[in-house]
Amino acid sequence: MTSFVQPVGLDEACEAKAAEPDLVPLAGGTDVMVELNFRRARPHGLLDLTRVPELREWSVSDGCWLRLGAGVSYARIIKELGGHAPALATASRTVGSPQIRNRGTVGGNLGTSSPAGDALPPLLATGSTVELVSVRGNRLVRIEDFFTGPKENVLLPDELVAAVWLPVGRGPQQFSKVGPRNAMVIAVAALATALDGESRRVGVGLGALAPRPIRAVEAEDFASWALDWDGGSGIHADVAARFGALVAGACAPIDDVRGSSAYRRHAVAVLAARSLRWAWQEYRKDKSCG
Amino acid sequence: MTATWAGQRARPGTVGTGTIRADAIPKSRGDFAFSSDLYADGMLWGATVRSRYPYARIKSIDFSAAAVMSGVRCVLTHHDVPGRNRFGLEIRDQPVLADDAVRYVGEPVAVVAADHPEIARRAAEAVAVEYERLDALTDPRLALSGVGPDLHDGGNVVAHHRIRKGSAEPAADVVVRGVYHVGTQDQAFLGPESCLAIPALDGGVELYCSTQWLHIDQDQLADVLSLPLDKVRLTLSGVGGAFGGREDLSVQAHACLLALRTGRPIKMVYDREESFFGHVHRHPARLEYEHGASADGCLVYVRARILLDGGAYASTSRAVASNAGCFACGPYEVPNVSVDSYAVYTNNPPCGAMRGFGAVQSCFGYESQMDKLAAELGLDPVEVRLRNAVGTGSAMATGQRIDGPAPVAELLRRVRDMEPPAPADSSTCDDVLMPGGAANTTHGEGVRRGVGYGVSVKNICKSLGYDDYGTARVRLSISGGEPVAEVHTAAAEVGQGLTTVQAQIVRTELGVRQVVVVPADTRVGDAGTSSASRQTWISGGAVRAACEAVRDRVLRIAAATLGAELSELWLADECVRSERTATDVPLAELLGSTNVDETRVFRHRQTFPLDPETGQGDGHVAFAFAAHRAVVDVDTELGLVRVVEIACAEDVGRAMNPPAVEGQMHGGIAQGLGLALMEEVQVVDGYIQNPSFTDYLIPTTLDMPPVRLSILEIPRDDSPYGLTGVGEPALLSCPAAVVAAIRDACGIDITRIPVRPEIIAGCA
Ligand SMILES: Cc1cc2nc3c(=O)[nH]c(=O)nc-3n(C[C@H](O)[C@H](O)[C@H](O)COP(=O)(O)OP(=O)(O)OC[C@H]3O[C@@H](n4cnc5c(N)ncnc54)[C@H](O)[C@@H]3O)c2cc1C
Repeated sequence: MTSFVQPVGLDEACEAKAAEPDLVPLAGGTDVMVELNFRRARPHGLLDLTRVPELREWSVSDGCWLRLGAGVSYARIIKELGGHAPALATASRTVGSPQIRNRGTVGGNLGTSSPAGDALPPLLATGSTVELVSVRGNRLVRIEDFFTGPKENVLLPDELVAAVWLPVGRGPQQFSKVGPRNAMVIAVAALATALDGESRRVGVGLGALAPRPIRAVEAEDFASWALDWDGGSGIHADVAARFGALVAGACAPIDDVRGSSAYRRHAVAVLAARSLRWAWQEYRKDKSCG
Repeated sequence: MTATWAGQRARPGTVGTGTIRADAIPKSRGDFAFSSDLYADGMLWGATVRSRYPYARIKSIDFSAAAVMSGVRCVLTHHDVPGRNRFGLEIRDQPVLADDAVRYVGEPVAVVAADHPEIARRAAEAVAVEYERLDALTDPRLALSGVGPDLHDGGNVVAHHRIRKGSAEPAADVVVRGVYHVGTQDQAFLGPESCLAIPALDGGVELYCSTQWLHIDQDQLADVLSLPLDKVRLTLSGVGGAFGGREDLSVQAHACLLALRTGRPIKMVYDREESFFGHVHRHPARLEYEHGASADGCLVYVRARILLDGGAYASTSRAVASNAGCFACGPYEVPNVSVDSYAVYTNNPPCGAMRGFGAVQSCFGYESQMDKLAAELGLDPVEVRLRNAVGTGSAMATGQRIDGPAPVAELLRRVRDMEPPAPADSSTCDDVLMPGGAANTTHGEGVRRGVGYGVSVKNICKSLGYDDYGTARVRLSISGGEPVAEVHTAAAEVGQGLTTVQAQIVRTELGVRQVVVVPADTRVGDAGTSSASRQTWISGGAVRAACEAVRDRVLRIAAATLGAELSELWLADECVRSERTATDVPLAELLGSTNVDETRVFRHRQTFPLDPETGQGDGHVAFAFAAHRAVVDVDTELGLVRVVEIACAEDVGRAMNPPAVEGQMHGGIAQGLGLALMEEVQVVDGYIQNPSFTDYLIPTTLDMPPVRLSILEIPRDDSPYGLTGVGEPALLSCPAAVVAAIRDACGIDITRIPVRPEIIAGCA
């Protein structure tokens, strides 16, 4: 390794990245350091982003968008953002161990773009937007356009993730993940569901079920249509099952050491049906109270 | 017995009292020095070139590019092994550095020493080995049937043990059959393989390392290095766990070769990934069982065929296969037995010792069968076990009469009668306590509770005629006006608390407060291995014998000095006490500058090899028993399991250090739970798929349930203080109990561990 660059502001970080595009950004380091330890990567240099204050801030504008800095840790999301971003906060609780949650960030999860990244299904389900920054300026990318393949994304060599924009206060959200251990486990299947009472839409984001994190559009359309938004009656078992089947149908899972493709499909169908019920229950409760 | 220890038993730090381990606080604070922390001025770093193929002929090794890299000090291949290029615990069949062929992925081919670990690793990558690939034999059943290449002279069957007892054609009212599989478990000790080898002025080598048995390492190393034993001197360093995985050599020979060649200290440390290739694993097993019983549930016969995949080299496969066979019937009275247990060579990773040593695999088989039998007869699973449980006086499958305690029925009743844990309640219960843990997978949907039982037996100490002994030296002297006892053995403290137990024994026997346990090394006689749950028994026995000899000498000195009869003198409270005159002479006064230094060897009673045709004989020193009850919540739709509680009852003979006994039981249960639910080295065509803690999963605190223990202390009459080994029993029947509980919860047959969620969810 030849350089270790430690900018103290976002502009400086962008300049460094523009000057040396093969610098590897380092946020919490919980992915980068593993790569280094296993010697899968021997980067030419590191760009330490932990001293860039702009990346560690979040704010809510007009009560409807949460702008979450790329460098906010999972531990802070759990503590500070359970109300604004419930699915992301639940997902954050399932990431690694306390040590990992203290260091790991959503920016890092986006940077890695693993199909199993736990922060990603909530971003997909809520229709979030990624804000990228470089010396050339800022650009916004819809989350479903951000991932281009397994561990691949649209980030250009001089760009950094500045923040993610999540819609807030639209309705109940759920996140669930399945793995063969009760903690500290990489998802074998993960699913986020977000209800938007205003536009009467259901959003579904999936992890570990396709070469990249995806939405389940057909399932979204079906549920948005099938739910009794006005009357608020309960979900018929057939509707939940059909929703589960459509979610499973959207997947293109693999067989690997963590689980079989058949199991991944099965598990996500079960999770989808359960989480739609949970979200809907909450929606009806909020409606009758509100 | 010449001395009294009335009143001494309750003294702090003596046998039977809860004694805090000296390493407890440094280990919890991260201050403890493990062998990976060793350092010497001017040391070089070693790295290993490993085979990429499961089976290949080595055509050439070209290390010219590596040798000229800046900072590289030497590259060694099999040509540079001065002595015998073979090691192994039972058969010396494993090359230190591969010569003609490689037989598993990860086999060492060359070693490099360099100024910096990263340079050493890069140099290792730059060594070009030209291979001619050969068809690998990775299916143990093919290996057994004789199909495929012979991986070693003499064929691929490493071991075949037979047990034949009673009638060959017994008649039974009910018969249950099953085929079971056990996956490959890793010891997953937290401290990876590491050592420091320092060349000595006399042409020998000083090796600081993590091992379970210093003298067997020394013996193999002397042959490899072509040095006399006294020039290969080993000292035990901080061991980060062992569980059987440190019985075979790993870094030791390589580091010594590099140190002797370069004349510089050599440090070697594996990372986690390399560690998966650097030590043997638990044998994966296929177990075919047939149990016949009378209509009232009494076993008539057991037939079993057990196949263990030993991988590329023998390691301890013979003894593991023997154990799997000897304990294939479990702790039950079985009049008619026919068992064949095999271990074979394949091109899979080598397998060898791991906590439970063959008895774990069999236990999953026979306990699954006992549940099947109970179901077939409509009997309660505990009841069917009680009807067949062995007791003192019963014969094991090998015909050996159990002459020590065998409270199997009592252990079963104890776990059965413990209060059950509170039922699952998703509304009040913390969601992390539901199946799926923190991942929000169920709010109660699909969750069913199950209860399962297991009971087990295993031999303690070495078996089958092995001359097993331990040596201890105890020295009593006066320092700063106070008596100090120094105890010296070569017994490996691997985290089990042996150092503390040795000190407890010395305090008990000599009544002195200050005890120093000096580092284990090869300057004192052999202690044997820290495995087979034997070390407290054997080295503890040697320490006690040495203490008795010291005490005897002290009293003789006192008798001469005081002009008293030996029989009227006692050792107590750091004084020699005369009964007749009711006077105390402080040891400090009596001994002055005299040191009393005694070394003793302790042997357990003799055992005998089993008859090769019938497997009958008195092969074992002692049997230990444990029973488990597991309570689980299973999300039957997702196949996720949350173990709610595990209860374990075990007879320990004497709890030498009660919190340490509990610790062994907790740890055994955790490791058993891991084998039941998640721990598996996945091997496909000879390649390990998950050599990291990312994908080799061990239980976390959220997977480990509360544990209820019931500890019996029925003293043995043939062991020090009546103790029985406690290192292994708490693991043995834990997997069987957990699986039985899962079957109970979801009603499906499970025949393989670890149980994968897809099996429970019915979509494998
Ligand atoms: C023990 C352990 C357990 C884990 N468990 C989980 C889990 O349960 N779920 C899960 O999803 N992940 C898990 N991970 C992976 C990891 O913690 C997450 O992916 C985390 O979000 C990474 O964040 P970070 O800040 O540590 O990223 P880093 O490691 O610092 O960076 C990750 C990648 O993102 C890039 N990057 C970081 N910040 C930026 C930026 N602002 N702009 C552009 N690129 C950037 C880096 O260059 C790198 O390529 C685990 C990791 C470990 C070691």
